[in-house]
Amino acid sequence: MWICALIAFLCLCLSSAYGQTLFIAYIGQERADLRPATANIEPLPQDLGLRGAELGIEDNNTTGRFTNQSFRLLGAVVKQDEDPARAFYFLRQEGVRHILVNLPAAKLLALADSPEAKDSLLYNVGAYDDRLRGKDCRANVLHTLPSHAMRADAIGQYLKKKRWEKWFLVPGPWPQDQLFAEALKRSAKRFGLKIVAAKPWTHTYDARRTAESEVAVFTQGVDYDVVLVADEADLFGAYFPYRTWLPRPVAGSHGLAATAWHPAHEQWGAVQLQNRFRKLAGRRMQPEDYAAWLAVRAIGEAATRTQSTDFTPIREYLLSDQLALPGFKGVPLSFRPWDGQLRQPILLASAYDIVAVAPIEGFLHPTNELDTLGYDARETECHLKR
Amino acid sequence: MRLVTAILIYFSATALADTVLVSLEKDNALAIVDGQSLSLIQTIKIGRRPRDIKLSPDLAKIYVAASDDDAIQVLDARTYQVLGTLPSGKDPETFAIDPKGERLYASNEDDNQVTVIDLNSSQAIKTIPVGVEPEGIAVSPDGRWVVSTSETTNMVHWIDPVTLEVAHNTLVDPRPRAATFTPDGKQLWVTSEIGGTLTILDTASKETVKKLKFSIPGVNQTLVQPVGVLVDQNRRYGYVALGPANRVAVIDAQKLEVIDYLLTGKRVWQMAFTHDGKMLFTTNGASHDITAIDTQKLKPIKSIAVGHYPWGVAVKP
Repeated sequence: MWICALIAFLCLCLSSAYGQTLFIAYIGQERADLRPATANIEPLPQDLGLRGAELGIEDNNTTGRFTNQSFRLLGAVVKQDEDPARAFYFLRQEGVRHILVNLPAAKLLALADSPEAKDSLLYNVGAYDDRLRGKDCRANVLHTLPSHAMRADAIGQYLKKKRWEKWFLVPGPWPQDQLFAEALKRSAKRFGLKIVAAKPWTHTYDARRTAESEVAVFTQGVDYDVVLVADEADLFGAYFPYRTWLPRPVAGSHGLAATAWHPAHEQWGAVQLQNRFRKLAGRRMQPEDYAAWLAVRAIGEAATRTQSTDFTPIREYLLSDQLALPGFKGVPLSFRPWDGQLRQPILLASAYDIVAVAPIEGFLHPTNELDTLGYDARETECHLKR
Repeated sequence: MRLVTAILIYFSATALADTVLVSLEKDNALAIVDGQSLSLIQTIKIGRRPRDIKLSPDLAKIYVAASDDDAIQVLDARTYQVLGTLPSGKDPETFAIDPKGERLYASNEDDNQVTVIDLNSSQAIKTIPVGVEPEGIAVSPDGRWVVSTSETTNMVHWIDPVTLEVAHNTLVDPRPRAATFTPDGKQLWVTSEIGGTLTILDTASKETVKKLKFSIPGVNQTLVQPVGVLVDQNRRYGYVALGPANRVAVIDAQKLEVIDYLLTGKRVWQMAFTHDGKMLFTTNGASHDITAIDTQKLKPIKSIAVGHYPWGVAVKP
């Protein structure tokens, strides 16, 4: 149904397209809300990411007024039981070459490896998986969402600086939890921290009545400085702060959380972006929205600087060391040539406050301190010829 | 008789001394510093989140952008009494006044526009759409051009004050923050916070004359974030405030080369000269003080604690 609507829309706007109009597409998929009733105060929007892309298009077009370039977004959010490959196929048939993808890693790879993906560029705005930047990296995929490793290293740097060096790792049962937990283990090793205990959380998620007693018992009998929770689906992590047996802080996916974007972030003019987003979407900006905004803005910035809406110059500009994308984090952002990951600071946030911004002062790098977060050129398993 | 002479001498001495006016973003106040003794004299409560501050060309009035009150306040420059407010539009941060004192141009960051206010009637006469997040604004000394820099669009918009339309656009480095014309009007200097650069444009051709990149030994490059920019009357030196690099760059304004970096307080933001040009004051947002710089010796001479988050500075002769 939506495909027919999409095609009609495509025909309409592609035929009316004139001069320098650049089409950017967005593919997402609806998600089920698995969270227990006590942890769902904030709604789970089905337009996560999409709204960020829309704001990026608005910003690009404000600039485009002065450069005679215009930008159009073709957005498709497919149902849970639909295959996003069909939407991708139709978008490619219509000649759209810049496609934002907010999908799990396996589905993203399926699109990137399809014959239709030739001569296009996919922007990963929804998958944190390190393998997408490592052994499963693709030459036609760029990542504006940070990786698990970047988020974990942000926590590692901060806790190292605080000397909270003994970690109690608590991964949840989902694959994403395991992946983030692996990234935390890597960070612990990298920064000389010690995982003194690792205990998967297998209890019931709906701890409305028992969380208090369960978390206390669960954390008994271990001596540690900080609990590291890996609960990417937001199912149990919220129960950990203040409920541990010992008086200890919580970090990871909950407590002190590592994230690309947060509603409390207001430094470096970020409040302007927060306000623009809230005005457009009627809700707070989330990491996927920020990643999508960045992807559209990167394309816009390349189009402005190269004075072109053609695919090749934009692609070359994005991958060059020329790109200095402002992202409201105080430093210019650019893509790592080895794995296509957008370098960016990571926010360490509690519920209503930004506690620190990584890279943390003192963690040095010979060329760019942003490369102290995640897999550096010498560590990467991604060896691409672009 | 001797007493009268003494009093006269005292008054003439104080009349010569400049008064430094500093807006305090988080104290909702104006700090008043004596330019001679370099000490804080008085702090006056004004509108909420005051940022840019400027004197009228006849020096009779002080204009302060009270960002959280969505207005520009007008103060009597002698008594500091609030005379009224100007309809600046939402969240005014920076503004510029034309040399005749007839119009004020304010950037509205949230609405991607510049508001033009007629100062005789205190009415907004036009809003001009510009790029995303307009920030820096300046009027050329001859009144021929108004420029607005937009932080996310990365452009200088050249506004014709006769038609009040954007006549030209010049692309500059990422996140242009501030712009100033050289006193001879021949050049426009634009700082780029994320680019870490100063772009010098030729006013006549609107083309780039030179681009200067700042780098300070021992200071991380990402901390070098150029913001405020000023050029002295004789175009001998130009000064660029480098934000969290905690330094002001001194530029030979003829050769267009960086010649020195002067240490100030933390997050150095905006600047103003004394009326004789012999001293320069910088606001240091994160260390809550201002630094006085001797422009003859190119040396910082004193930092003066003024209050929380000093943002803008203006000097009253």
